[in-house]
Amino acid sequence: MSTISDPPSGSFQLSMLINDTRYRSYTFQFIALILLILAFAYLGYNLLANLQAAGLNISYKFLGEPAGYDINQTLIDYTSQSSHWRASLVGVLNTLLVAFLGCIMATVIGVVVGVLRLSNNWLVRQLMSIYVEIFRNVPVLIWILIIMAVFIAVLPQPRDFRGEDATASMVFGAFAFTGRGFYSPAPVFGPGSGVVVAVFLASIAGIFAFRNYAKKALYDRGQLIPTLWPSLAIFFIPAILAFFVMGRPITLDLPSLQGFNFQGGIFMRNSLIALWFALSIYTAAFIAENVRAGILAVSKGQTEAAASLGLRPGRIMNLVVLPQALRVIIPPLISQYLNLTKNSSLAIAVGYMDLTGTLGGITLNQTGRAIEAIFLLMLFYLAISLAISAIMNVYNNAVKLKER
Amino acid sequence: MKKIAILGAMTVAGLSAGVASAATLDDVKARGKLNCGVTTGLVGFAAPNANGEWEGFDVGVCRAVAAAVLGDPTAVEFVPTTGKTRFTALASGEIDLLARNTTWTFSRDVDLGFEFVGINYYDGQGFMVPKELGVSSAKELDGATVCIQTGTTTELNLADFFRANNISYEPVPIETNAEAQPLYLEGACDVYTTDASGLAATRAAFENPGDHVVLPEIISKEPLGPLVRHGDNQWGDIARWTLNALIAAEELGVTSANVSELASAAGSNPEINRLLGTEGTLGAMLGLEADWAVKAIMAGGNYGELFEKNIGENTPIGLARGLNALWTEGGLLYTPPFR
Repeated sequence: MSTISDPPSGSFQLSMLINDTRYRSYTFQFIALILLILAFAYLGYNLLANLQAAGLNISYKFLGEPAGYDINQTLIDYTSQSSHWRASLVGVLNTLLVAFLGCIMATVIGVVVGVLRLSNNWLVRQLMSIYVEIFRNVPVLIWILIIMAVFIAVLPQPRDFRGEDATASMVFGAFAFTGRGFYSPAPVFGPGSGVVVAVFLASIAGIFAFRNYAKKALYDRGQLIPTLWPSLAIFFIPAILAFFVMGRPITLDLPSLQGFNFQGGIFMRNSLIALWFALSIYTAAFIAENVRAGILAVSKGQTEAAASLGLRPGRIMNLVVLPQALRVIIPPLISQYLNLTKNSSLAIAVGYMDLTGTLGGITLNQTGRAIEAIFLLMLFYLAISLAISAIMNVYNNAVKLKER
Repeated sequence: MKKIAILGAMTVAGLSAGVASAATLDDVKARGKLNCGVTTGLVGFAAPNANGEWEGFDVGVCRAVAAAVLGDPTAVEFVPTTGKTRFTALASGEIDLLARNTTWTFSRDVDLGFEFVGINYYDGQGFMVPKELGVSSAKELDGATVCIQTGTTTELNLADFFRANNISYEPVPIETNAEAQPLYLEGACDVYTTDASGLAATRAAFENPGDHVVLPEIISKEPLGPLVRHGDNQWGDIARWTLNALIAAEELGVTSANVSELASAAGSNPEINRLLGTEGTLGAMLGLEADWAVKAIMAGGNYGELFEKNIGENTPIGLARGLNALWTEGGLLYTPPFR
């Protein structure tokens, strides 16, 4: 016995596109889409025609030509004979570097300040309010310039380290803090160092495994295993043992004053530090407010309920309040990360060669291809921003309220 | 929505540009004003004075062209341009003439579609270092930190120079001359490099100019000159010969003081007569009045007068004529004959 009625079959008429409510909205959306595409095509065609008339031929051939200029901070191989495209990539990586470092530092400062703004201590609370209000309400460009100026004026220059009556000296003979940047020892990986690195990576994996085991033990058997000290032990002891067993394969390259500058070691330029620091403390002020709002959004009843179950304040924060607050904090945090990344285009104020400095600055000037360079610049920033959004949205989906 | 706005803005820019690219001379006459691109402010070359009037060596060229075309040296709309915006402004028709100490290079002339109408200042790139470093040659600068204005030809010359001599350096890019001075004086860079004229002007502004030396090496040729767009040869000719007229006037001894007297009637020197329009039809050939050159010279004086008034030895800039003297005095200024 079959009572299932047949689906309405056939007899689709063209008039149904207008008259049938099932299709009508699609019809109009389709027409609107076509019109939109036509409008854009007209604008684009008009733009090209007028550029042609004005003698501005759009061409990206310049990207393949040698750039001809040097860049101080390059994360990939680059010489003045590399192409403009390569110079742009160097700029992209420099932008990503400062954005990455900035996001981490801004988050750390922002979370600490945000939590402290809710502190019961009056003085701490007021100090944090002052920090937030000052840094949030002065343009970030001013902060970048102030920090750079202070940096250059306060710290000694390499010339102060020179000669008999040097007014500055290196810290522990290994670190030099100069107005041009910080010099620190660089590790030199000799033969056999691969084993040490492998052991180190394995011990990090071990820490995660141990913490998982501890969590499982807590949830399954209610057994509380301390994690802090064992984790630290796993972190240090195997790697140090391997280091000595392999006969100390990793040595340090110390910076030393040679000629005009310190040579050797790792050099962190003043421009990177000033930009990184300025972007971090500026954005952290906004993040602090997000964190505060997120924590306040968790009902007080949650805290009281957790306390009545006998949880200590630290655990209440970690296990009850923060997981719920994160749902409120993450979405505005994404937009702060995007702001920080875009604000990093102010880098040229301190001579940091980011994407705006290379592609949108020197390449644009040297080739005179302003429209092409600016368009490419927009594409790069768009791609970077969308990528950050995508990654953060994945994280947001992981922490957000799971509805069943 | 943002995308639409941007495309719309670009379209509007494109539309307005399309209108302006016809015969530039007619446009300028119809407008009654010359749109002249200058720097955003470089004392001696182009900067507004205390009264807000633009003055300087490059400004003098703008005023001479305006006087030749419109008969009025004040009929100039000065458009400040940065190193980034200058070429787009000229190519799009926002300005008719760019007089902004711009170096004449092959790619700018050929690839960007501009026409350099001459050279009004022969410059070259030099280095300045504090005396206490004890450096006597640019080849001893291995490993030095060099402050450099970004977006100029100096950047490319610097890379070439250090590569050719196989020595290393650390470039510190800086937006403007004003930002470079404190960095150099604080010691954030060991060396400051820019055009020799700029170094002289910068050093003159220091508290103790004697503590700094300009190294003997001049590592590049920087011929600075005014330029116009490709495609309007008549306009290019007007700009070129106005500049030449200023140089010829100095060579022939025509100054702003005696030009009206010399132009009142044909004199004994046929070349002066042709230049000043009392003989022949040179002005008509350009499509201008017969006394175009008289007006151009009256605007600010001949080349020598412009130089002495704006950047010469008696000004704070204090530049010697050097290469920019007339060919008859050992310099490079040499104008084709007016005939």
